[in-house]
Amino acid sequence: MTIKTIALNTFKEAIRDRILYLLFFFAALAMIVSRILALLTVGDRAKIIKDVGLASVSLFGTLMAILIGTGLVYKEIEKRTIFTLISKPMRRYEFLLGKFFGLVLTLFVILLLMSIIFLALVFAYTSAIDWRLLLAVLFVFVELILITAVAILFSSFSTPILSSLFALCFTLIGHFSWSLETLIKKIPAGALKVLAQVAYTILPDLENFNYKTEVVHGLAIPAQTLLYSAAYGILYTVFILMLAVLVFRRRDFI
Amino acid sequence: MKTVLAIEDVHKSFRVGFIPKKKEILRGISFSVNEGEIFGYLGPNGAGKTTTLKCALGLIFPDRGKIEIFGRPHLEPEARAKLGFLPENPYFYDYLSAREFLDFYAQLFRIGKAVREERISSLLKLVDMEKARDLQLRKFSRGMLQRIGLAQALINEPSLVLLDEPLGGLDPLGRKEIRDIIIRLREEGKTVFLCSHILQDIEMICDRVAIIVGGKILSQGPLAELISEKILFTEVILSGLAPGELAGLGESLSSPGGRLLIKVFQEDKIQEILDLVKKKKAKIHSLIPRTQTLEDLFVEMVKSQ
Repeated sequence: MTIKTIALNTFKEAIRDRILYLLFFFAALAMIVSRILALLTVGDRAKIIKDVGLASVSLFGTLMAILIGTGLVYKEIEKRTIFTLISKPMRRYEFLLGKFFGLVLTLFVILLLMSIIFLALVFAYTSAIDWRLLLAVLFVFVELILITAVAILFSSFSTPILSSLFALCFTLIGHFSWSLETLIKKIPAGALKVLAQVAYTILPDLENFNYKTEVVHGLAIPAQTLLYSAAYGILYTVFILMLAVLVFRRRDFI
Repeated sequence: MKTVLAIEDVHKSFRVGFIPKKKEILRGISFSVNEGEIFGYLGPNGAGKTTTLKCALGLIFPDRGKIEIFGRPHLEPEARAKLGFLPENPYFYDYLSAREFLDFYAQLFRIGKAVREERISSLLKLVDMEKARDLQLRKFSRGMLQRIGLAQALINEPSLVLLDEPLGGLDPLGRKEIRDIIIRLREEGKTVFLCSHILQDIEMICDRVAIIVGGKILSQGPLAELISEKILFTEVILSGLAPGELAGLGESLSSPGGRLLIKVFQEDKIQEILDLVKKKKAKIHSLIPRTQTLEDLFVEMVKSQ
């Protein structure tokens, strides 16, 4: 109940923030530009539109999650609104989870709007609705949920600028960590190999949520893979949120 | 008499600086607030007033000591269900309107929709903010924020209200209105805990006070017991007499516009002055006995530290 109240208020805060509309505007612009880009390309133009569209949804969604997510908790502490909140009959984790779910709700609504624009653009070109595109967007959403949790974790002890940088690094590392797997295969057994394996286990692998290629090129995706990706996203998010709650629990609000 | 807030031997220190150095803010604070009184918590800037309050509210964790609200450990959410709090220099969600803001806080107390609407209306009326009902908080002035902050502190009909400098940033009229509200809260049977460094306000409305200086409570008790009722001296303003004629009767201080201000310490000397005035056909403008004020006590204590 408390979590829901805080989540709805967070949602209200986010949708009254100008930065959201700015990013939304650019995302829509990028999708429309993909239509023009398609004219300049040889080959399957529909694929270009789908590809650029999905990339825009993913990129601007990530930016929203990081920029809004890192500001949310910090602003409450900095502007001291948290004083009157924490002193209400609630537990601290309820506050943090409320913030998290509020942002997840915001991202959900934004992704929904972007998907509608996206599907409409694709429909205008191919005269068919490609529902599988929504599957790719769904996993972008799972990735954004994880990034939101990371943004909230960092912002519970750091400033927005540093948190944004950390969260951005997390995202970048997450998208390139799969290359460690290739590296592990190439290096001989020994300390270095173990180190690489440990790093690969700990570091997030955000490519798990990337189904853009499969969807755009119409490749089959086994249900098992999808299930694995979803479970990976949920478990990682829960782990990060637990860390955030631990950090937040004993913090002094001066 | 029931104790609603009990603070026992609370210590708190912070680590400050690049190379962390321990700085003690609270050094063993103990006091208790009884049901139905206005308790004044008094101290100079930086004495530890707000830190004490934050410990009680669970915003910071004391190093040592025990805090109980309504007889429960203060970190239990249930202990805070009947608590209202107005922070110093309140700053609230500026993207919300006054109504939305109060509604949000009411929801945190799980108050039903119908009751919420009714309470918001009556509170906005109480703090005289009905006209700003649908105005976003970002457009509020300092005084308006203070008022809406007070409304927020009362949204759950609390039994104990903690106010940190509630009269700060208000004009004289605003101060009187908030003071009246605080007195009304006592009449309704609520307990008020008031942090302030403005002595006049505390002296006017508080039943009991605690004085904190440098993280220690120097004195606490009913206001009447702390400041003596004894007349310290009498201030006499008169004209038509030369300062030399009053030698030995009192301490002559100044003579603005031909008037003389004399501080008289012995009561029998007052009669002598009156006789002299009658004899010389001079004129008395005022004669005021001065008792000790909270300010005298306060200045004395801060200086002795």
